[in-house]
Amino acid sequence: MELKGITKRFPGVVANHDIDITVRRGIVHALVGENGAGKSTLMKILYGMQKPDEGTIAVDGEQVSFSNPGDAIVRGIGMVHQHFMLADNLTVLENVVLGSEKLYGIGTKARAKITEISDAYGLNVRPDVLVEDLGVADRQRVEILKVLYRGARTLILDEPTAVLVPQEVDALFDNLRELKAEGLTVIFISHKLGEVLSVADEITVIRRGTTVGTADPKTITTKQLAELMVGSELPSPETRESTVTDVPMLQVDGLKLTAPDQDGVERTVLDDIALTIHKGEVLGIAGVEGNGQAELVEAIMGMRAPDAGVLTLDGRDISRTPTRKRREDGIGYIPEDRHRHGLLLEAPLWENRILGHVTEKPNSKGALLDPAAARRDTERIVAEYDVRTPGIDVTAASLSGGNQQKLIVGREMSHQPKLLIAAHPTRGVDVGAQAQIWDQIREARREGLAVLLISADLDELIGLSDCLRVMFRGRLVADADPATITPEELGSAMTGASSGHLEHAAAGAVTGTARDTAVSDTASDTAGGED
Amino acid sequence: MKKFAKIDKDRLLLGIAAPVLAVVAALVVTALVLLATGKEPFKAFQIMVSYGFKSDSQVFILNEATTYYLAGLAVAIGFRMNLFNIGVDGQYRMGAFFGAVVGGMVTLPSFLEIPLIIVVSMVVAAAWSAIAGFLKVGRGVSEVIATIMLNSIATAVISYLLQPGRLAHLNSNTNSVYTTMLPKSAWFFTMTTNPAAGPIEGFIVIAVLAGVAYWFVLSRTRFGFDLRTVGQSESAAEASGVNVKKMIVTSMIISGALAGLVGMPALLNEAHTYSDEFPTGIGFIGIAVALLGRNHPVGIGIGALLWAFLDRTSNWLEFNGYDKEIVGVIQGVIVLCVVIAYEVVRRYGLGRQQRKVGEELAAAASLKTVEKAEVTA
Repeated sequence: MELKGITKRFPGVVANHDIDITVRRGIVHALVGENGAGKSTLMKILYGMQKPDEGTIAVDGEQVSFSNPGDAIVRGIGMVHQHFMLADNLTVLENVVLGSEKLYGIGTKARAKITEISDAYGLNVRPDVLVEDLGVADRQRVEILKVLYRGARTLILDEPTAVLVPQEVDALFDNLRELKAEGLTVIFISHKLGEVLSVADEITVIRRGTTVGTADPKTITTKQLAELMVGSELPSPETRESTVTDVPMLQVDGLKLTAPDQDGVERTVLDDIALTIHKGEVLGIAGVEGNGQAELVEAIMGMRAPDAGVLTLDGRDISRTPTRKRREDGIGYIPEDRHRHGLLLEAPLWENRILGHVTEKPNSKGALLDPAAARRDTERIVAEYDVRTPGIDVTAASLSGGNQQKLIVGREMSHQPKLLIAAHPTRGVDVGAQAQIWDQIREARREGLAVLLISADLDELIGLSDCLRVMFRGRLVADADPATITPEELGSAMTGASSGHLEHAAAGAVTGTARDTAVSDTASDTAGGED
Repeated sequence: MKKFAKIDKDRLLLGIAAPVLAVVAALVVTALVLLATGKEPFKAFQIMVSYGFKSDSQVFILNEATTYYLAGLAVAIGFRMNLFNIGVDGQYRMGAFFGAVVGGMVTLPSFLEIPLIIVVSMVVAAAWSAIAGFLKVGRGVSEVIATIMLNSIATAVISYLLQPGRLAHLNSNTNSVYTTMLPKSAWFFTMTTNPAAGPIEGFIVIAVLAGVAYWFVLSRTRFGFDLRTVGQSESAAEASGVNVKKMIVTSMIISGALAGLVGMPALLNEAHTYSDEFPTGIGFIGIAVALLGRNHPVGIGIGALLWAFLDRTSNWLEFNGYDKEIVGVIQGVIVLCVVIAYEVVRRYGLGRQQRKVGEELAAAASLKTVEKAEVTA
């Protein structure tokens, strides 16, 4: 497969320009680049979801033009999306045949085909299980099977490891090697360099929307690859000196929350959570997404009413105070989903600067807004936090993700928070902005800020935190010292395999009920971390 | 600073583009409809314009637009919150009815009598609207369904009470029922500019004040900011500390209170009683007017005037041998076109702005690299 001179102009985000990629049959080809470099757009073009403005795509030497994913499937190209597209209330079999009933029907023939594919590539898929009963890794295998079932010979995997813990990543890579052995082609998109080096046969690097080079995974190091990707020296999330005091800023005690799930059954999502964050301390929470982190944040913010438990902020009980009062009292909030919780996308930047702090200076005087002061302060944030924008009257939607995030960080930091809740503060943010956001968190911590950090980026967690806790099925099951723990050990605890106090295996003493300390060497380094 | 001014001007242009586009499209469609019925379209438009600008027409249009404007504001408050208050219709009728009943029972000096009637009307209408708000918050009932039902209930309640022996009297000459006539002290002032054209109703002043208050509250107060926040993103509003449920009820109440003003020109300036001939259906016109005016206080004013103009000229068209229904077609087509044009222009504007920002940043970045290159060279 060959892509030549692909150019795509796209409002607001990095356009693809002059992309040249050649992918040979029967290999794993990795496409790497930082968030927002244009990888996903490129793959959407390849999969027929978007049309390129310029350039050509050739499959097996024959020039093709895809106007929808159906065309791509016909050419044997299939895509496994980052966000699974499965119907939870159907079985695996039903999900696989859905939309392709013509191929092998919906009965015995289809079942036989699914079993055949599953056995051939070692996918271990059980056709009659309900998808809602499957874990993330199993769902991903169903997605892969779905694509193979439709006759794909080339698989595009968009950030397949983002949702997996390290052990699951290894299993996925075994599957990919099986596929390769059978002569299939895999295009693997990632920004986790360790993974890329361990699985890929060829690497193409994308930077700012264009291909900047190819690399041989046998000779290149993660560091070299990262520099190729970023174009400069890498930042690291490491915090140097400790600023932890013994003054508690936030205390959470016996926090319990139940919420109805999709079927309306009440389930416990937070179970007896207790934690203390001191002034000048960053408490990191590790966990596979969906284990209660979002609910914990919302409970602390006052967006959900817990069933039991006491929250104390700076010595005052805030268990029953409304969200607005909590924010006025000094909780800063960098939400996980900035589009849903952090911004008004169609409002200008200066109105977004008011959002969440409408009762505070400089945004209002009494019951009246003070647009002039808010605008002046927005100008200041834009300058101080390096928000790249032509002005403060453009809508938030026209900024790139990183600049939106910088605006949010600037806004939250402008009200001298006592406690900052940072949920995935650098997700979807380019490397430059990432370093800046880390700096700001470190800076504020030095001035006595307490930070609750939730992140899926284990290097970020280990690098920034003074203290780590692991969350699993709504409970804080383990704690660890970020100075000694490795991402693999943390990853294993995230699957619920170990609990209690985690210690680095090399240190010898494995305490608590830690069972799984098998550390694999297939590093899961991300762009942010160095070996 | 020049750059910002430019972007603002663009936004203004885009803001005007939607309604203009809608009206033009509606005229084209109407012309086609007229042609299809075998009539000459431009003659019809000419008749409408020349008749619509006569001075008695102007007065009529202003008076009619006053009512439409208030209805438009009431609906627009809901729209800004992402609430569709279809119930303005029932709310204003309930308000005006009870305002008329209370006003008919007491005779006070004007400065007490008029505010009393207005306040009664606003409170009743707000309470009627609040039912829908509470149902939405407490039971998750869509305000659309609730307010439609409340409209029907309002109709039933009023026809039950508006009967001789209950709260109304029978006029044996015309066979119509009406509430006790309001005392003279409840008559609102009028302004006469041209005796031949008739008086302009004083309530237009209240309508203008309501428009100013609407603008001020929404764009200059904390409360207005919270309200708009909920309208743009409920999740972001909640995270920012707005009590969304409370805001839903509050805005339904405000929308209802404004609806309480809608029947006042007819009651205090015209009929001085609530009879079975009291104007109905204005709430629905309010929806069209709010859409046409894009929820902007000035825009709603223009929408109201346009609507009143069409109302006025439809009669004259009929007189000239055209079908009156044609104006109905224009009105319907305008609303449809507005909804479409608004969305088209909004998307175009957003995309355009994103592209512009992208371009400007790219230009700035390349400029920087050029500078850098020059420095290193």
